[in-house]
Amino acid sequence: MFLPVEPWTADEGLASHLERRGVSRRDFLQFCAEMTAILGLSTALTPQIAEALEKSKRPTVIWLQLQECTGCVESVIRTSDPTVGDLLLDIISLDYSHTLMAAAGEAAEKAKQTSMKENFGKYILIVTGSVPTKDGGVYFTSGGRTAQSLLEEAAKGAAAVIALGACAHFGSVQSAKPNPTGAVGIDSIIKDKPVVNIAGCPPIADVVTGTLVHFLTFGRLPDLDGDGRPLFAYGSRIHDQCPRRAKFDAGQFVQVFDDEAARKGWCLYHVGCKGPATFSPCPIFMWNGHTNFPIGAGHPCIGCTERNFWDTMSPFYTRLPDVYGVGVEKFADTLGAALAVGAVAGVAAHAAATGIHQIQSRRAEAAAKGAPGAGGKDNG
Amino acid sequence: MAKTKVVVDPITRIEGHLRIEAQAENGKISDAWASSTQFRGIELVMQGRDPRDAWAFTQRICGVCTVVHAVASCRAVEDALGITIPQNANIIRNLVHGMQFIQDHVIHFYHLHALDWVDVVSALSADPKDSAAIAAKISPWPKNSVTYFAETQQRLKTFVAGGQLGIFTNGYWGHPAYKLPPAVNLIAVAHYLEALDWQRDVIRLHTIFGGKNPHPNFLVGGMASAINLDNDATINAVRLAEIQGMITRARTFVEQVYIPDLLAIAGFYKEWASIGGGTPNFMSVGEFPEGGIKDIDKLYFPRGIILNKDLTKVHPYDHAGVTEGITSSWYSYSGGDKAMLHPYEGETKPNYTGPTPPWEFLQGLDKYTWMKAPRYNGLPMQVGPLSRMLVAYASGHKEVQENVNMVLKTLGVGPAALFSTLGRTAARGIETLLLAGRMQAWFDQLVARIKSGDTKTFDSSKWEPSTWPKNAKGYGWLDAPRGSLGHWVIIENEKIKNYQCVVPSTWNCSPRDGKGVMGPYEAALTDNHPLVDPTRPLEILRTIHSFDPCMACGVHVIDVKGDLLAEVKVQ
Repeated sequence: MFLPVEPWTADEGLASHLERRGVSRRDFLQFCAEMTAILGLSTALTPQIAEALEKSKRPTVIWLQLQECTGCVESVIRTSDPTVGDLLLDIISLDYSHTLMAAAGEAAEKAKQTSMKENFGKYILIVTGSVPTKDGGVYFTSGGRTAQSLLEEAAKGAAAVIALGACAHFGSVQSAKPNPTGAVGIDSIIKDKPVVNIAGCPPIADVVTGTLVHFLTFGRLPDLDGDGRPLFAYGSRIHDQCPRRAKFDAGQFVQVFDDEAARKGWCLYHVGCKGPATFSPCPIFMWNGHTNFPIGAGHPCIGCTERNFWDTMSPFYTRLPDVYGVGVEKFADTLGAALAVGAVAGVAAHAAATGIHQIQSRRAEAAAKGAPGAGGKDNG
Repeated sequence: MAKTKVVVDPITRIEGHLRIEAQAENGKISDAWASSTQFRGIELVMQGRDPRDAWAFTQRICGVCTVVHAVASCRAVEDALGITIPQNANIIRNLVHGMQFIQDHVIHFYHLHALDWVDVVSALSADPKDSAAIAAKISPWPKNSVTYFAETQQRLKTFVAGGQLGIFTNGYWGHPAYKLPPAVNLIAVAHYLEALDWQRDVIRLHTIFGGKNPHPNFLVGGMASAINLDNDATINAVRLAEIQGMITRARTFVEQVYIPDLLAIAGFYKEWASIGGGTPNFMSVGEFPEGGIKDIDKLYFPRGIILNKDLTKVHPYDHAGVTEGITSSWYSYSGGDKAMLHPYEGETKPNYTGPTPPWEFLQGLDKYTWMKAPRYNGLPMQVGPLSRMLVAYASGHKEVQENVNMVLKTLGVGPAALFSTLGRTAARGIETLLLAGRMQAWFDQLVARIKSGDTKTFDSSKWEPSTWPKNAKGYGWLDAPRGSLGHWVIIENEKIKNYQCVVPSTWNCSPRDGKGVMGPYEAALTDNHPLVDPTRPLEILRTIHSFDPCMACGVHVIDVKGDLLAEVKVQ
């Protein structure tokens, strides 16, 4: 996404660009079909995706890094598919990125200002990191300016705002109790335009890719759940897609790490797995070129795609409120109440529960209207 | 000529948020201030939590050093609770950490540091035949053909012609400090792209053992990835074969691409072997335990301290000598700001006294950063690859001596050249080369142990909190890609009472201490340091990037009073 992996002339569409690069029309259509699948769309829409991508020029992306750890940037540069992934990411022109840009200081700031002016109303704003709101925002400055001021300025001309990763989603680890700097997510600051939350600490790169393709193809953001997360990625619980699900149903549990059950690949629920409470595409998309995912490596899920997971999902090795024996479909509905009882802190748990209930109600609403998928937020 | 005030903020191509201010006079830097402008307070967040969760919280200090805080945290808690991890788990941690080093150093060289030395625009005018001829002389890498370089150049030309320069916008192209011939610039640009593909392949070793990268999973007491050759969900022959492939590809790339490029580029910048030396003391806590965690003499990279650039003596390291001060930092100490506190007594209350944003300058203020000032026996220390290589060299580490001598000979410079900006960059390459070979030895050991029937990866004897003492404290040390790291944990009634980290970039980005002694970034920028054009501060980027800053790591806080403890009750 950031790199001129392949040059792109001003008058060239993606298809001819790819062809020049030695990618056949067939490969390109195959890629479009895969993206259609990732986005959870009907295969009938593949030609529409192909047509949109063929015509598209590289839209500008401004990437702001606020209070964060750079793990989300690292995740995106791990984007998997070596041929097709590169090509897709090449769709954008990354005009501002602390981690990757050549210029520094004033020259970097100038590049950002120029790009935001020239592409006003059209660029995509990606934000990683949270905004510290305590004490006038002194806990983060860049160029002597606060995170809030930088964010508000950049959001003004953005066509869409993508909050990438747990920090931008809700503040992540620095917002865990007692939240020393008053860190908040992007949608707590930007209220006048759609904010997509690409949840996860960090998120899987493919979800970012899919969101961008959706925006470029359909001219709007994908449908979101009640917490602003794209349904094509966060529509299912890990538990519902987990390759170890059959072990859960059969009552085959790891009791302590590296026991006989662990060596047979049994379910990690008793050692704290938060898969039953976590909406995330990990078991489907997998990580790092479809190599594996946390449960596949024998470690319980810590629930990192859920708002406030540092408080609501910890201690990480303590199992969720007793849900064994509860019907799985019923589970999502009862989870909120169970968590709220279990958490002394309370507030965070309510947020998580609310998120799930919102998803449920959105879906019910969508089903009632006969609309395909869940309506989610206003998608602009 | 009058002094010019220089500000570079943001310093890009680093992890996190760093501001450098300087004064320039007659083409040289006369004074410098390093300022960290982000604060998150993660250690405060950790009070009252389950110590077994600590690795996950501290791991999020940094997503670039995504292994190091997790492992240091596990070691601290294991030290506190008296847990000995199985040797298989130790080897797996070495493999995971080793691949972190290799991948991180290569990314640093090509994607964070190279553009300080490589003029991308100049590559447009190269003759690809020259690039191929030069590359053939320095490396057997099979892709270095005329066609390969011609194709890269054509891509670059079309890209530039398209008018959307993306991340290359406003680079300091054409700056007189760029010295590489066009053909070498083109080689570097081609390998910049090549390294992007390479890194996402080899890092999958983390995904096999830890489930994902960034932020793979760890476990107090060992590793969660069970070994069973006869199961499809565990470490088995298929997984081992994948890992072997990555180790081989990592080594090939380091030997045939990274090191040849590093030496070729360094050959054009030998003047940087007398620039930017700075702080003359070097510290390594050592890394890659090949015996037990207490067998300090069995560390692959040894532990020790070099003082005043004197390579004839290696001084012992004892963590009791570590203290932190805050005279230049936005914190206060209850016993007065001049105190120097050991991490077990560590105390931090954020106390911002800087100007109200937006502001223009910090220079001249007594306090100017969120970074504390760590000192060892009262002295500032450089940490990182150069420190490790110097300590190993002076300790008589044969492989290190051979490789350091090879690099010095290739460049035609003496040992004094190591104490410089170029020295830091070269040392990073040398240790990557060593580790790329050592990974194979560790992997072979793991396979041999599995073959002998030992598949244990976790010690469960102290897993249950009921087995823990009421009070415990532990120290977890680790030498990370960017240098020496320490985690200190105090556990009381099964919960974290106090947690403190002293991190590589805290050492290197340290501000002035109570005696006015500069930290390593500041000292390096004022040591025979050029700055030809204050509006295009390319030289500052070279020296700062030679340290590979990781700012999110460097800033942390703990409130020893624990008055927030009561609020941190979860579930």
